[in-house]
Parts: sequence; structure tokens; C-alpha cells
Amino acid sequence: MATAHTTVPPAGLTWGPRALVRRLRSGDEIARLVTLVFALLTVVITAMLVYQLWILSALARHKFGWHFLVAQDWDPVFNKFGALPFVYGTLVTSAVGLFVAVPLGLGAAIFLAELAPRRFSDALTFLIDLLAAVPSVIYGLLGVFILVPLMRSEVQPALKHTLGFLPLFQGPAYGIGFLTAGLVLAIMIVPFIISVSREVLLAVPQDQREAALGLGATKWESTWKTVVPYARTGIMGSIFLALARALGETMAVTMVIGNNPRISASLLGPGYSIASVLANEFTEATGNLYLSALVELGLVLFLLTFVLNGLARLLILVTTQRGSGVG
Amino acid sequence: MTQTSARPAFSKLVPRVPATPETLVKSQPSASAAPGLRMQVRNMNFYYGKVQALHNINLNIATNRVTALIGPSGCGKSTLLRTLNRMYETVRNTRLEGEVLLDNEDILSQDVTRLRRRVGMVFQKPNPFPKSIFENVAYGLRINGLPANQTGRMADAVERSLVRAALWEEVKDQLHKSAYALSGGQQQRLCIARALAVDPEVLLLDEPCSALDPVNTAKVEELLFHLKENCTLVIVTHNMQQAARVSDSTAFVLTGEVIEFSPTPQLFTTPSDPRTEAYITGRFG
Repeated sequence: MATAHTTVPPAGLTWGPRALVRRLRSGDEIARLVTLVFALLTVVITAMLVYQLWILSALARHKFGWHFLVAQDWDPVFNKFGALPFVYGTLVTSAVGLFVAVPLGLGAAIFLAELAPRRFSDALTFLIDLLAAVPSVIYGLLGVFILVPLMRSEVQPALKHTLGFLPLFQGPAYGIGFLTAGLVLAIMIVPFIISVSREVLLAVPQDQREAALGLGATKWESTWKTVVPYARTGIMGSIFLALARALGETMAVTMVIGNNPRISASLLGPGYSIASVLANEFTEATGNLYLSALVELGLVLFLLTFVLNGLARLLILVTTQRGSGVG
Repeated sequence: MTQTSARPAFSKLVPRVPATPETLVKSQPSASAAPGLRMQVRNMNFYYGKVQALHNINLNIATNRVTALIGPSGCGKSTLLRTLNRMYETVRNTRLEGEVLLDNEDILSQDVTRLRRRVGMVFQKPNPFPKSIFENVAYGLRINGLPANQTGRMADAVERSLVRAALWEEVKDQLHKSAYALSGGQQQRLCIARALAVDPEVLLLDEPCSALDPVNTAKVEELLFHLKENCTLVIVTHNMQQAARVSDSTAFVLTGEVIEFSPTPQLFTTPSDPRTEAYITGRFG
């Protein structure tokens, strides 16, 4: 065996095309090129997407200009198109969704990561991950057949009775509307928040917990004052992932929001979201301007997501810098 | 010095008078305690699940002395240390039999948060919180109930702890900077200051220098020498020279048993057990 290897020339002396081919075969260059192409592809696809949205919305953009963003009419018959009710609906339903889902998801994540026995936690997390994979139309059906009747007959009357003095909870209880859509969104995004936050909490080094416990902290103090702040960046990441999903959610929202382009202060009122109007009206958009206005709505949604994500990253950046300063 | 042994922990935490050297001096153990013994381990057996990790441990930890635990990796010396403040409870399925006494009281029957306030801990790797230097030291005081609005008192307590940990001069102008901006050695002294802030009677150190360079190791060792004036120290180390330098008595632990426990000079010069001799002369471990 030993003698068979003595004839191999020392490395470094073999150069030239054959050696190059062998090096290429070894994979480094090929792997670099292939992965680079894949990485660039995502950029190219995004750029093409924006370009298409920009081109196809030209008609509407020229006709309405910036006014499109603040106009409230949506009247295809008279060719009057404004984005505001849809932007409003998208933002309000997402806000309601986050408002409900963040405490719920964070609480569940803390339980699963810090308090529950590991096996139980793993089993439950498996089920929660399954929930995240349920098609949104199923959640829509859940909304239509269970949540809407429940909201109409129980929750909304109760809200009006107790908090009815707030403008948020006035008007007739239709069952459908911003609040119901927000709740369906909350149900849909909670699994994201739980799953990601749990992972982040589990990744907090054990010595952080022990440092707190070693100073006489209770289990809860160690969790709430040490582990959660340590994981704060990742938890916020999970929330923004959830927000992104909420903003773009189409089917489930369409089924329960009421599909009425109206801006009402009351969460009980029916509304419309950008994704919903696109889904509902694209097939029946007859005129060029109508179609173009819908594409521009898509552009608005894209930018909205883009801006909110940017703000989110900024927030994380700012709070991590400050967080490592005066806690 | 005028405090009694039954003093409530809070009177130490929240001094009613401004800090003076007197307030730093620890009380002596009560007369009823075995003289000079802060902690006692008696016939203690410890299990991880069904695996027995410690066998019939007996150990007397003298007040205001440094007790070192040495032994090869995996011998159970860290486990033994973690029984002293019940930190082993963070691991599931552990069981302790026998007695561990702090000032003649069984630690198992005490409230664990109070116990850990009295028996502080410093870990192998510096583990500051991702907060400012000030907040790191203030953490223990805050959770133990020093109100946030007592900023003056808090600042005093933080300064006192940093001075005791020999870190004050290096950080006094940057208390509000992140603890992560400090060097490894400074971080470890910050962790010591954090532990000292709640004024523990015993400080457990689990290989506190294993992540530090020789210069910082020397600093921490010198610090230990001063700390034992008013604190009982128990240090786990894999470094025999360190044990010889800093400790007053040393226990040699092997496969979950205390093989020998003697005054440090005696253990290193005239060990009574052949296994101790084999270890300290480098024949195994």
C-alpha cells in the first residue's frame, strides 16, 4: 500500500488545463457559479416584477397621479379609482391580526420553550407547524362558517355593549368586517410567531438563564427579564414574518372582510383589502383603465410590504443597539 | 459587624445608611454553627436520572476561606459545586440524597431564590447579560426588590460591587456602554461584580479563568485573595497550580468521590492517597 503512493507528484506542481479541469470538477468553481446564478435570479425576478407592475399600471398612474393613493372612490362604471379604502383595509386587518396574535403567540412560545417538558413541547410544536401549512382557504371557511356567525350573534353585540362608547365598536353587527378578518388573520399567523419565537428562545444560551437564577431570580424572572430580552431580535423577526403574511393574505380575508370599499372607523364595519380586490375583480376588469388601476393597487401593496419590512429592519437595528446599551 | 446571623437578607441588600466600609464587613457565623464552617456537605449522593454522579460526599467549607475542587474532566467537581446552590435543578431528572447545610440549615428545605442570593455563582464562560455594564450589576438588586427610583442607592451599590471586583477604575466612565464591549477578562470580573452586588455569603466559581489569558487569570486570582476577607469562596479548577495558588484547602475529586480533602499545602506536598499523588504529579487525568 505505502509504495503505491510514492509515485504521486507533490501537490502544487500540477498546473495547466488538465489540473484546472480537475479543480473545476472538484466543484468549487461550479458550485460558486451555480449558487451565484440562483442568488441573482431572485434579484432579477423581483426587478422584473416591479418593472411589469410599473409598465402595466402606466395608464392609471398617468390618469390619477399621486391622487390615486388618497382617493376614496372605487367606481369602475365611471372609471373612478382610488386606493385608500384598500390600503386602509389591508393595514387595519393586519394591525388587528398582530394585536391579537403577538401576545398569544409570544405567550405560547414562552410556555413551549421555557416551561413545558421538552417532549410535550416538541409534539405540540409539530402540530403548530402543521397549522402553518394549512391552506388559507380552509381558514377562510372556518371564518365564514364558525367565526362570522359567532361574531354576529355573540362577540360583536358583547363588544358594543361593553366598549360601544368607542368609535371602534359602533354600527350594526354584520359578523363580517375588519374585526373578523383581523381575527382570521390572527389565527393564521399565530403558528408563525409561536414556531419561530420558540426556536429563538430555545437558542438563548443556558448560561444566561443560570446567571439570572444564580442571582436569586425566580424561573419567571429569569424568563421574562433575561431570556426574552436576549431573544428580542428574533422574536421581532417572527412578528414581521407574520406581518408580511397578514398584509398579503388574500383568500381568507376576502371571505370574511365584506368586500366593500369603504373606510369606517368602526372595526365592525365591512371593508376591503388590496389582495382581496385583486382576487375578486381581476377577471372582470373590462376596461384598460380598470385593469391598469388594479395593477397599480398591486404595486401599492408591493411597496407597502417593502416599506414596512424596511421599517421593521430599522426598528430591529435601533433596538438592538439601544438594547445592548441601557436595557 | 453588628448584624446578627439571622439578619434578613434585605437589610444587606438595601442598606439604610450610605455605604461605609463597615457595611461591607460580613457577619461572623452564629455561635450555634460549627465554628468557622459556612457550608457542610454530609453523606451526599447525587444522581442524573439513574446514573449516580456523586458518591457519599462529605465536605466542610470554612468561612472566609477559599476551598478548591480539583480533579480530571468529568469527575463530578462541577456537579458538586452546583449542588451547593441547587443549580443542578435546572437539569431535569436529577436527585440529591443526604444533606447540604448552609449555616447549619438544610439548603433543600429553603426557598431556592433566597438560597441563591446567599450563595452566588460565577460561571466558566463570562456570561454578561446583553445590557449595559451598570444594568448587569444592578440586575440582582432590581430583582431582589431595590426599587428603580432609588437611583442614588443603586448607583452606590453598583459602584461598591465594581470596586470589590476590581473593575471600577476601568469602567467608571463607561457604565452605560454594553457589557459586550468589554474584554473577556473584564467581562468575567463584571460577572463577579454582578454576583457580589447581592452580597452573597458564599461565592461559587466554576472554572472562572478557563476562558481567560494568563494576565487576566492573575487579576482574577488576586481578586479572589481580597474577596475572601468577607466572602466564602469555593472554586472549581482543572488547573492545579491555580488551586495551589489561591486556595486554603483543596478537595481532590475522582469519579464522583472526594478522594482527599486537606489543607492545600498538605495536599500538594504530602498527599495521603496514592491516587491524589498520581494526579498531582501528572500521571493521569
